[in-house]
Amino acid sequence: MRLLLGTLFALIVAAAVGLGATYFALTRGAAFGALTIGTWTSFPKTGTTDADPYARASIARIGRLPTALGDGVSFTAQSDDKGKALDGRCDVVVSGVTPASRFWTITLYNPAGELVANTVDRHGFTSQEIVRRADGSFAIVVAPRASAGNWLPTGGVERYVLVLRLYDTAVGVSTKAGREVPMPAVTTRSCP
Amino acid sequence: MIRWLLLLLGGALLGGIVHLATVIILPRTATRDAYARLEPIAPVNKVVPIPAATPDSATMPFMDPAFVLAVCRYDLSQGPLKLTVPVSLSYTSVSFYTRNDIAYYAINDRAAGRRVIELDLMTVEQHNQLPEEEDVTAADRLIVDSPTTTGIIAIRALAPEPGLMEKAKSAIAAAQCRPSTDTAKPAR
Repeated sequence: MRLLLGTLFALIVAAAVGLGATYFALTRGAAFGALTIGTWTSFPKTGTTDADPYARASIARIGRLPTALGDGVSFTAQSDDKGKALDGRCDVVVSGVTPASRFWTITLYNPAGELVANTVDRHGFTSQEIVRRADGSFAIVVAPRASAGNWLPTGGVERYVLVLRLYDTAVGVSTKAGREVPMPAVTTRSCP
Repeated sequence: MIRWLLLLLGGALLGGIVHLATVIILPRTATRDAYARLEPIAPVNKVVPIPAATPDSATMPFMDPAFVLAVCRYDLSQGPLKLTVPVSLSYTSVSFYTRNDIAYYAINDRAAGRRVIELDLMTVEQHNQLPEEEDVTAADRLIVDSPTTTGIIAIRALAPEPGLMEKAKSAIAAAQCRPSTDTAKPAR
């Protein structure tokens, strides 16, 4: 009886620890080789055959086609520079410059990776259409209400993620965070 | 007391094995991965346009709305494929994915250096069976080796402004992937 109870106990612990760790790793999008610059995180290796088992499992679970490294690199931000989760009811400013690339796009998704409905049908910007300052830097206002300049509507959703994709860029597996890879700052300006 | 602690430790160790096993097995059992999502709408060895993502419907999550996407779900069991993609005005890329949605190769219009991206896709065995002299004479011929027999080719064209969406669409509408008949019996 004691043996049976003990075995049962060990098996329950094993199932809880094992499945819990898997769930945690996949929902957090854990993988090796993260490149973090400010609040932006990228997994350049996920777009290659060197993708680790965690990256492979996460790709299969989400059901997306990752950006191939020969095509570009995609950076995701889930919070502002101070670590506050991006809130669609707040005014958030994304400003600065991006690393050198032929083109880049910035897109707003809900955490499930779906576009967010809004009245002006805008879900992001490309490097071509963005309005820049004289020095080449830009500022995007991510806010629920219309704003002057580059306004990216949030549709008032509670949580969202920003994905910045650099196409045809030298940023890749061997890139280290530093001055060559300046990423735009993400600042929460005001919250209701 | 010691006995329960040991059981807890044993359970945790076993849990680590369970964790690693589930992570490794998951890609093989996933039923909603990108390949499975494309299967019903993309016939084999044919380029099909994928409808642009909207807030209500998207073929896959995290699609870039600034891009027009077309895919060719390929099967090389009958022989190699030939892929031709005319480049659009701004940026065109072709990415190759295995059956498990892992990107193994990508090329863009600038790297291809031509008006049309042209390449041959084959398995490693098919590449090895190519007559050697053909490999040499076709120095400008781009051959891509697929690690798996089936997979996905994703053709993407950027629309730098929403108004250029139609132009990008028409540019990659002419993209083709079809079985290459000449590689099996090369002309002498």
